Amino acid sequence: MEWADFTAGRTGDLHGRAIREMTNTTNTRRDTLFDVEEMELNFGPQHPSTHGVLRLKLKVDGERIVDCYPIIGYLHRGTEKLFELHPFFQNVPHTDRLDYVAAATNNLAYVGAVEKLIGLVVPPRARYIRTILCELQRISSHLLWLATHAIDIGAMTPFFYCFREREIILDLFEEYCGARLTLNCMRPGGQPFDLPVGWGERCAEFLDDFPSKIDEYEGLLTNNRIWKKRTVGVGVLPADLAQEYGVTGPMLRASGVQWDIRKAMPYEAYGDVEFDIPVTYNGDTYDRYLVRMEEMRQSVRIVEQCLDKLPDGLIMAKSPRVLKAPKQSDAYFSIEGPKGEIGFYLVGDGTPNPHRCRVRAPSFMNLQVVPILAKDQLLADMVAVLGTTDIVLGEVDR
Amino acid sequence: MSSRGAHPRHPAPYRYTIVERLYLPLLSGLWVTLRHFVRNFFGRGKTYTINYPEERRLYSPRYRGHHILTTRPDGSLRCVACFLCAAACPAECIHIEAGEHPDLNIEKYPLLYNIDMLRCVFCGYCVDACPEEAIIMSNNHDMAYFNRGQSVVTKDELQKPYAYDESRLGYRPHYPEEQAQHAALRHGLVDLVEEARRQGADSASRTAS
Repeated sequence: MEWADFTAGRTGDLHGRAIREMTNTTNTRRDTLFDVEEMELNFGPQHPSTHGVLRLKLKVDGERIVDCYPIIGYLHRGTEKLFELHPFFQNVPHTDRLDYVAAATNNLAYVGAVEKLIGLVVPPRARYIRTILCELQRISSHLLWLATHAIDIGAMTPFFYCFREREIILDLFEEYCGARLTLNCMRPGGQPFDLPVGWGERCAEFLDDFPSKIDEYEGLLTNNRIWKKRTVGVGVLPADLAQEYGVTGPMLRASGVQWDIRKAMPYEAYGDVEFDIPVTYNGDTYDRYLVRMEEMRQSVRIVEQCLDKLPDGLIMAKSPRVLKAPKQSDAYFSIEGPKGEIGFYLVGDGTPNPHRCRVRAPSFMNLQVVPILAKDQLLADMVAVLGTTDIVLGEVDR
Repeated sequence: MSSRGAHPRHPAPYRYTIVERLYLPLLSGLWVTLRHFVRNFFGRGKTYTINYPEERRLYSPRYRGHHILTTRPDGSLRCVACFLCAAACPAECIHIEAGEHPDLNIEKYPLLYNIDMLRCVFCGYCVDACPEEAIIMSNNHDMAYFNRGQSVVTKDELQKPYAYDESRLGYRPHYPEEQAQHAALRHGLVDLVEEARRQGADSASRTAS
């Protein structure tokens, strides 16, 4: 049985039909524009707006996209296998390289899984520091998304403004852990460093300033008719399809589903702080933009509260020198990353190494709906659709 | 697939308001760029960029850059070839071969200590693992090589470059001056090296007393 038949009858047969038509070689003549045959077009893997090495096989009828078939694996590094070869703590740097624009959330998801597997209790100060880092990371990831998404669509100015603010966040990261992108800023059981002297004030200074910067981006884009023309009604994702495909994060919330792991299953310090989950209901590219802009404001709120409430005390739990998982144990821990639910499933076998590790990567799940979003769109909107899903190929291919 | 979402699958097309039809909201965007232009034109705006190779900003004292092998006062390497750094390395980029040290108190020293800089992921675990503080990191990040052979740096090259310039030091967890360096780093007012030395002397006198 072909995969096309397997998927037929589910998900409105959209994906199944797409695959069947891609593989069907006998029936190529169809009623098309100007009575010519459909053209196959390769989008990527070197195209700059695929944000990595994603290859899309497009079938176009004139300017309309008839079919879209993503081909992945160009960045496959075997990370999950690599995890089995190293002790638990040594795998943290490898998680930096999954979603390489949001390393802190990857670190937290992995480290949280290890703590759940072994049963370590993290001191409160470390939990607050982790929350601060993750929310700053969310802002920086969304800024990078906005910058590249806008420049893909044709708005160049937000790119410079977004990178200006992202730079300040990366400087804060550099001050805390010594790296800007591949942070490696968490360890199983706690945090490796305490916050440097004056870091909180500099962070608060940035947070005071940042909402006015978001207003700047919104002033450039939100009511801009050109921006609206390119985004409103483009790539509509209905809520039921989003849930069936396992789409998470801002993509899901823009379709009207109020699901956020920070609220649903609070981890770290999220239970102690107040914040709202932005939800919109149209599920198009413009709504996803609105959701992410609002999420940045909420992240600012969370970090401010965490800085206020930051408790004193230890930053590292008392843990054995060599972390060993119990025999025949497993744990799944997931958090709300900037792109959606990122989770790690670890199986322990009594040795210092994980027996098996599986990464639930939000970009991979979100990429599945790209063929549905792209269907019947104009070729120029393919770039908008791809930008709005906010995929990172390091995470898709792993 | 019976359940339906909260909104129709094909929502009605968006109707632009009269203000949007006249492209008036573009003015708010133009106001943002104009404000920045005027500010920068009269030199009131903050410059966020530097002329990189000529100018360099101050880096964090925790910066994880090119490694340094530290030395004893007599100039020999502090490394005792215990292989802990090689064991902790997730990238497996450290290659050590141990030899017997002529001094009986020291036991071992590294005959070979190679780090493959192209494999290294700059996680800092080697620095964390070292019991002798024999390997630390500098804030040097501009490493470029003409071939892969050059990227394997030996122990001679590792102890050479920034060993005596305190302002070029990076990640070094047991460094008491870190906090002072930190204050200096951000305010940019205090000479980094001087401040670190002063702090070092202070803490030394404190421990002595």
